[in-house]
Amino acid sequence: MRKIDSKLIIDKLAQSLADINFTIDKGILGCFQQANVETKEKEFLNILVENAEIADAKKIALCQDTGIVVVFAKVGKDVSFDGDLRVIINEAVKKGYEENNLRKSVVADPLDRKNTGDNTPAIIHMELVDGDVFELAVMAKGGGSENVSVLEMMSPADGEQGIVDLVVNRIREKGANCCPPLILGIGVGGNFEKVAMISKKALFRELGQRNPNSRYAALEERILKEVNDLGIGVGGFGGKLTVMDVFIEASPCHIASMPVALNVGCHSTRHAVIKL
Amino acid sequence: MKNITLPLTNEDIAGLNEGDTVFLSGTLYTARDNTHMKLIKLLDAGEKTPFELDNASIYYMGPTPAPVGFVCGSAGPTTSARMDKFTPRLLSEGVKVMIGKGNRSEEVKQSIKDNDAVYFGTIGGAGAYLADKIKKMDCVAFPELGPEAVYKLYVVDFPVVVLNK
Repeated sequence: MRKIDSKLIIDKLAQSLADINFTIDKGILGCFQQANVETKEKEFLNILVENAEIADAKKIALCQDTGIVVVFAKVGKDVSFDGDLRVIINEAVKKGYEENNLRKSVVADPLDRKNTGDNTPAIIHMELVDGDVFELAVMAKGGGSENVSVLEMMSPADGEQGIVDLVVNRIREKGANCCPPLILGIGVGGNFEKVAMISKKALFRELGQRNPNSRYAALEERILKEVNDLGIGVGGFGGKLTVMDVFIEASPCHIASMPVALNVGCHSTRHAVIKL
Repeated sequence: MKNITLPLTNEDIAGLNEGDTVFLSGTLYTARDNTHMKLIKLLDAGEKTPFELDNASIYYMGPTPAPVGFVCGSAGPTTSARMDKFTPRLLSEGVKVMIGKGNRSEEVKQSIKDNDAVYFGTIGGAGAYLADKIKKMDCVAFPELGPEAVYKLYVVDFPVVVLNK
């Protein structure tokens, strides 16, 4: 049995939450710098590059929406720690958000809407695995992009075209609202809750990383092209770069179903993986 | 490059075209979802709003807390469409300028025309960059709402794009 100090978990996670909010993902920054777009769209991309430089230098959040924290915890059965992991994670969120001037964006009740004041609770998904692994995949997920996400229980007959139509139509309608250039996480298969989960996990991929299955890789490229042909562009002000990448994750499903979920990531898509 | 001082006059508005990039200087008031609900409640009750709506410029924004030595924290726009439900009422009370991100409903676009108002978009997610354009910030109402409180901002050369007028 490997013992992990819960204080170490709190410190590492709190620091990681600060880091992802202050320092942009290298792949995303590279995309801003290398995009082949017209002058006006390039000017907006240059603002995003400057934004990333200011955020990193001054330790001020890239975006004022510093998100609700999502954690996928993978815990080996040969690992132990003091206390409840959910409590430990929420302690880290509290510390990370309070000590780094990150915005508290969580309300305790969806109708009463009173702010909890410390950005807790985080959304936590636990997975028990073999061995002595301890891994936290963490994301600070903004509300604007989450609001454009969508889930539909499609029919098997809808096939690839059904997936493309759902995604392209959604972005056509609401893509300007959620800070393009976007990253699209798409889940296909599973069931109602599983498909949402895999669409979010897809957002952890690095830009340019294709699905290993050639059929899904081709579908990712097709959706990337069709969404970029919409002309929404950086900031929604028109142009060629609406989406930086598209990631599809598939899962076995019922003979009657083809669930499809789109989870939208904005141009600050913030995530990290902590291994202890 | 066009620089305009707030509040906007009808002459300023007549000179704007959709798609123009403009740099605004002057006073903005922040308001998001919760604040809009509160403003409408006050108006319905015939009570005074915490800032004068006539000729006002509203920025849909809830900042991160200001670190020590900073005027404000990260301060980019939130999605404007969530405010659509309240916008025609506020425009009829005299609000002239709205700044946010994304598209507005057809009803709001018509109301913007009917009231000679303007909806500007600014660049979503550029909160650290936009914070540099904010030179003064004071909380003027609803501090209990945290990031959703009303802040009075003084901005200089705040970049926006004319989306609807």
